[in-house]
Amino acid sequence: MSETTHESVQAPSPSTPPAADPLQLARELILAPGGLAEPELERALGTLLGHAVDGGDLYFQLSRSESWIFEDGRVKEGSHHVEQGVGVRAIAGERTGFAYSDEIVLPALLEASRAARAIARSGGAGRVQVWQARGGHDLYRPIDPLETLGVEDKVRLLERVDAEARRQDPRVSEVIVTLAGVHEVVLVAASDGTLAADVRPLVRLNVTVIVEDKGRREQGTAGGGGRFGYGWFLEQDRALGFAREAVRQALVSLEAGEAPAGEMTVVLGPGWPGVLLHEAVGHGLEGDFNRKGTSAFTGRIGERVASPLCTVVDDGTLPGRRGSLGIDDEGTPTRRTVLIEDGILRGYMQDRLNARLMGMAPTGNGRRESYAHQPMPRMTNTFMLAGPHDPEEIIRSVDRGLYAVNFGGGQVDITSGKFVFSASEAYLIEGGRITRPVKGATLIGSGPEVLARVSMVGSDLRLDEGVGTCGKDGQSVPVGVGQPTLRVDGLTVGGTQA
Amino acid sequence: MEETTTHTAPAVDLRAERARCERLVALALEAARAGGADAAEASASVDRGLSVTVRLGEVETIEFHRDQGIGIAVYVGRRKASASTADLREASVRAAVEAALAIARHTGEDACAGLADPDRLARDWPELDLHHPWGLDAEGAIALARACEDAARAVDRRIENSEGATVTTHDGTTVYGNTHGFLGGYETSRHSVSCAVVAREGEAMERDYWWTVARDPAELEPAEAVGRRAGERAARRLGGRKLATRECPVAFAAEVATGLIGHFLGAIRGGRLYRRASFLLDRLGEAVFPAWMAIREDPHIPKALGSAPFDAEGVATRARDLVSDGVLRGYVLDTYSACRLGMETTGNAGGVHNVLVAPSLEGGLESLLAEMGEGLLVTELMGHGVNYVTGDYSRGAAGYWVEGGRIAYPVHEITIAGNLARMFRDIVAVADDVDRRGRVRTGAILVGRMTVAGD
Repeated sequence: MSETTHESVQAPSPSTPPAADPLQLARELILAPGGLAEPELERALGTLLGHAVDGGDLYFQLSRSESWIFEDGRVKEGSHHVEQGVGVRAIAGERTGFAYSDEIVLPALLEASRAARAIARSGGAGRVQVWQARGGHDLYRPIDPLETLGVEDKVRLLERVDAEARRQDPRVSEVIVTLAGVHEVVLVAASDGTLAADVRPLVRLNVTVIVEDKGRREQGTAGGGGRFGYGWFLEQDRALGFAREAVRQALVSLEAGEAPAGEMTVVLGPGWPGVLLHEAVGHGLEGDFNRKGTSAFTGRIGERVASPLCTVVDDGTLPGRRGSLGIDDEGTPTRRTVLIEDGILRGYMQDRLNARLMGMAPTGNGRRESYAHQPMPRMTNTFMLAGPHDPEEIIRSVDRGLYAVNFGGGQVDITSGKFVFSASEAYLIEGGRITRPVKGATLIGSGPEVLARVSMVGSDLRLDEGVGTCGKDGQSVPVGVGQPTLRVDGLTVGGTQA
Repeated sequence: MEETTTHTAPAVDLRAERARCERLVALALEAARAGGADAAEASASVDRGLSVTVRLGEVETIEFHRDQGIGIAVYVGRRKASASTADLREASVRAAVEAALAIARHTGEDACAGLADPDRLARDWPELDLHHPWGLDAEGAIALARACEDAARAVDRRIENSEGATVTTHDGTTVYGNTHGFLGGYETSRHSVSCAVVAREGEAMERDYWWTVARDPAELEPAEAVGRRAGERAARRLGGRKLATRECPVAFAAEVATGLIGHFLGAIRGGRLYRRASFLLDRLGEAVFPAWMAIREDPHIPKALGSAPFDAEGVATRARDLVSDGVLRGYVLDTYSACRLGMETTGNAGGVHNVLVAPSLEGGLESLLAEMGEGLLVTELMGHGVNYVTGDYSRGAAGYWVEGGRIAYPVHEITIAGNLARMFRDIVAVADDVDRRGRVRTGAILVGRMTVAGD
């Protein structure tokens, strides 16, 4: 399938020392400083378990992050952030007790374990299953991305991106460039014997520009990133490409007229517009909502929910991708889960709790923002597979409609299925041709209905550049989206031109 | 069946925690100076809490929270760098200071970088009555959550499912200090009861919710009232229709009108103004709203959620007009953005305090709808379709179609669109059903005309 051509993101330098074992690294970095090792983890889990507790887990996290902001032609600010702690969870049936501590030492760990156990009556001592250490993976390397570029080189990169944006057009009045990196090490120890660790690098570069022309001002923004070192930005002209892209978007907006209002045919460009799938079907297929029966997709496995052209997957195993994970935050290896196959609803995304309660298998989608948050079913990289149509043929097929290629965020009401996503770059299609740019507008539709209206699917699957963040119940996690060019026969476009 | 043993959040003596935060802030400032910083500022906080969710009558989660952290900014000449850590051990705080000092070697000179003017720092401040610990244990929270959800489920036989009712209680301490010699701290609390339920009729399901939040538990709405309101809201949404695309008046219910005023506040924020990224750029002293409108900021309302004796830079907060006679009287600035604009800080480092929109109409939402006659009442907005650079506004909406001043039927899967600058000028009335659950306090707002997109 053609989507693989865009999944070939590789770590920048091929000649690196052999990857350290993440578990060994996590032991050294997280457990050892506080005098912890497996016996102490067993003791904490033993405290957690009682005869009314089905299971529990400990989630240790150590993260170090930095960000550099370049503005007004200089590094305006740099910052550094350290976060560490352990989250303790006890599960009894459908109940969860949860506590956490930012001190990774035995007394704090035992106190958190006792608090989490409040979910069930205090009972006898439980026993932890024999440890089963989980091996590594090759989706990304266990590197510290903050150390992959010297500070001078980071500053030089920011300067070059700024200069590239400014040299595109004299109408560029402001340029803000942000470079950010996270080095995160996690270790999961669960009462079923799961002992797994992961080292998760994550970097991101964003460019925002303001352009000004005859009193009209517009903004453009572009960026990218993933699970590798900063070197990725230096390859293939990527960083400077983001600068040019931000300026291009802003200049298009300067020419944009009023957006149309009402229901019409919409052609969505490839890549980031896949936020459609994330909102329209992704959230509604997360296991917790379906177990509770609050999703518009509840009980619909095996039913047709999309046109036969649509196959949608969630795949946490794409190398280097922002939404990818070797293991999820419960220690389950990630995988590729088919959500919709040829239009038929096939599966949900599960964490362990919801999988167990629904009698299904965990899918490696148990994710959490940090040790101070409970895991829940979350997406990784969610996208639609390529279809048979030439993208240009799709445009030519539309007599009057909207062609939307860039989006801001979206949102969904899981229960009613209504979802929105906001176009930031869109054009009118008139007589099969893209004619003129129109202002951004919010598109609204119904999740269980919209994919049934997909009448053409392009052959040009693309994944986004790697800047997506998904929020649910106040927790943010990095995700990816993607899709080929799609024709949707009827979406409500929220412009001003009635 | 409940056999939960009594548990409260792990005991934390906040007075002792404040003293510890003060020591750590002082230590950070000293370390920054010793490491070559010309100036520095630091803020440390400790917060503890409990959160309990009951769903369909059964306990779903009990969470104990304890969050802490320290943030440090150093200035070497006019170069700024910052660092933060959630680890409050002395060595970690020192390491954070060193990390900031290392970064400062690489940041650029910025004439506006620096601490607040010493003359603007709070010298003494009012007691704002912001700390009212609840002392609620898990059992008590469970009982309240259950009462709340039970009330929601009893509202209507069509309330068939629930996302649960949640009771939270938090309190904590925050300390700020800088090398001008300022060191101040205070305790705050925050408690809430919320509920979300699902109504079903045939294939259609609708979810809605309600919540109450206050610093003093005595000021919370009764849990049963919150539940009933959630249940009524969910049931009332059943049978929603789309509207045909049209232009019409739009009434923003108080709970979404706060967001509309939030967009105004976002557009007069210093950070957007000095970057020339706001549609309200250079509009100070000009009419932005109709002449009868007034918006005030009052940081000193006792017990209010947006009250603060000083801002995140130690600057004394004070009451002022943001808008009077419809004219924009002030921006929302911190020291840095004020300097960039050639102005003075307005004591808004860290955000706005209590923002009060003066009502123009008595009789609550009912009289606002009567004033509107025919149009759209919006009770929910979706998505982020607000462009602060241009003011262009386009968001997903749900609510009710109103005819003859009364709710006719629920509507959904529509968008409302316009331009914020025009929408603000086009405000017809502000009702007196003021929502006090956030920093922005306003009643429902009627906007004369917007584009509604549907079928």
